[in-house]
Amino acid sequence: MELLASLTVAVLVTCGVYLALRARTFPVAVGLALLSYAVNLFLFFTGRLASGVPPLAGRTAVAADPLPQALVLTAIVIGFGMTAFVVILALRARGELGNDHVDGRGGKP
Amino acid sequence: MNHWIIVPLLLPLLAGMVNLLLVRRGHRPQRLVSLLATVGLLGVEIHLLRLADTAGIAVYRLGNWAAPFGIVLVLDRLSALMLLTTGVVALGSLLFAINGDDRLGPDFHVLFPLQLFGINGAFLTGDLFNLFVFFEILLIASYCLALHGGGPVRIRAGLHYVVLNLIGSSLFLIAIGTLYGVTGTLNMADLAVQVVASAPEQATLLRAGALLLLVVFGLKAALPPLHPWLPALYSGVVAPVAALFAIMTKVGVYAILRIYTLVFSRQGPAPDVAADWLLPMALLTLSVGAMGVLASRRLRVLVAYLVVVSVGTLLTGIAQFNVKGVAAALYYLPHTTLVTAGLFLLADLIAAQRGESSDAFSAGPPLVQPNQLGVLFFFGAVAATGLPPLSGFIGKLLLLQSVEPERTTWFWGVVLVGGLAGLVALSRAGTRLFWDTEGEVVIRTAAAGPGRLVPVTLLLLMIVAMTVCAAPISRYAEAAALQLLTPRGYIAAVLFPEQQP
Repeated sequence: MELLASLTVAVLVTCGVYLALRARTFPVAVGLALLSYAVNLFLFFTGRLASGVPPLAGRTAVAADPLPQALVLTAIVIGFGMTAFVVILALRARGELGNDHVDGRGGKP
Repeated sequence: MNHWIIVPLLLPLLAGMVNLLLVRRGHRPQRLVSLLATVGLLGVEIHLLRLADTAGIAVYRLGNWAAPFGIVLVLDRLSALMLLTTGVVALGSLLFAINGDDRLGPDFHVLFPLQLFGINGAFLTGDLFNLFVFFEILLIASYCLALHGGGPVRIRAGLHYVVLNLIGSSLFLIAIGTLYGVTGTLNMADLAVQVVASAPEQATLLRAGALLLLVVFGLKAALPPLHPWLPALYSGVVAPVAALFAIMTKVGVYAILRIYTLVFSRQGPAPDVAADWLLPMALLTLSVGAMGVLASRRLRVLVAYLVVVSVGTLLTGIAQFNVKGVAAALYYLPHTTLVTAGLFLLADLIAAQRGESSDAFSAGPPLVQPNQLGVLFFFGAVAATGLPPLSGFIGKLLLLQSVEPERTTWFWGVVLVGGLAGLVALSRAGTRLFWDTEGEVVIRTAAAGPGRLVPVTLLLLMIVAMTVCAAPISRYAEAAALQLLTPRGYIAAVLFPEQQP
């Protein structure tokens, strides 16, 4: 399960970085969204991987750590808000600069 | 518990919310609320500074949950100093903004207090994840403030700024996750204990987490190669916003200082993680900033590069991790923040009077008020380059004295040449802007009224105050540095409050 988890994060980060380095704002926004998914999964996994374990100490031999889940929740909310902001900003840049290049030049007007 | 500690968070948050309700009532009530909140904040911050200086480290437990399970706010000398600097810059910037710049967009008075909320929170929190949250709050507010007034230049610079900082936030979360995975805690004081106690085989993970954090803070503080967003953004935004942003890079510097003195100290499996990196980075920042200052063709870009230079200068002091170096940096920090904020406002006044030439270093129409602006510019330039008799000179002198003898050659060379570059560039800028004139005064109406001159003068007069009160301020800075470099006191105050006197 550890291998699958780390591979998922790795693939998401790779795609995210590749897209974030593109020259158009839309792929960049998607890349940032993928990066934030990868980060959320990563945070979730820092609580160690286990299934069917209650988040209460003392009931069973191992207890799940509830804190990463709380952190992920915060990170999801913030990441979602930020992605929405980037999309709106990209649209506004498209309108003001006349094209969707990240530097506001090149491409067709 | 002293409830004053949470006021720097509650007051701007409340002001922002009230202003949100007042959006439809026009700008007058909003201005009043912002002004009252900022002045009140300044008063509270002066009180907190005195508290931090006399009563030691004060801890505020939210909901009275004991650390490390609850979230804490911690007020020590460094936090109090940063809060007060923010307060002064914010007041100057707001006084300037209420002359009309706040009406370029509808939401200035909502965002401005929220920006202060984020900045103050970042300075006060004692929890690494909360530091991330407050970073996000101040970033969201700064994204919107950066776009205040609109226009393609701001949109383009703003887009770069937002994308870079979103990637920075992802790296911040990865670093937090890594450290949490190793230590099982996010409270900074508890982290410091757990990092020292962690097993030697965890050293690589700890180092990775620590250096990832350095990348994030380096992005906020604009260390090369992560600096190009800064000149583009700061030279394009509305003047009062640029003045307020002068404190934003210092948030990165603050985080570096806090994390690498407290959490990653000299003991444990990963000692001195950042020390090897910081000094070369600082000297590089200083050099790149100095080159940018020399190469600028517009006053606002020049001042933006002065911000980069100031970050480099601060970090050269901090990177030594000794009392003298950190104390010198802490004395220099308020000085350089106030000067760059004042110069951003002044550049706007100069640009407004030169018609189409704006703030470019080319021949243009003479200024409407060459004497008033000239005196202010001369004063600001002397302060920014660190010439005697102003506090920049004292700060740089303290900095140069703090270097260990074996490093002197490089260190003195870079710091002094950086200062010289600033001097050359600012003299050239002054000559061009004030003396290289052609034609007639174009825009008589652009004369700056007292409403705009007073905040600039106020910010620059604080430099005089810092020079006159150099002895008490440097004593305070030294005490703050000593407090930072002996983290045992901080850890004890947060984790073992019952043992405190």
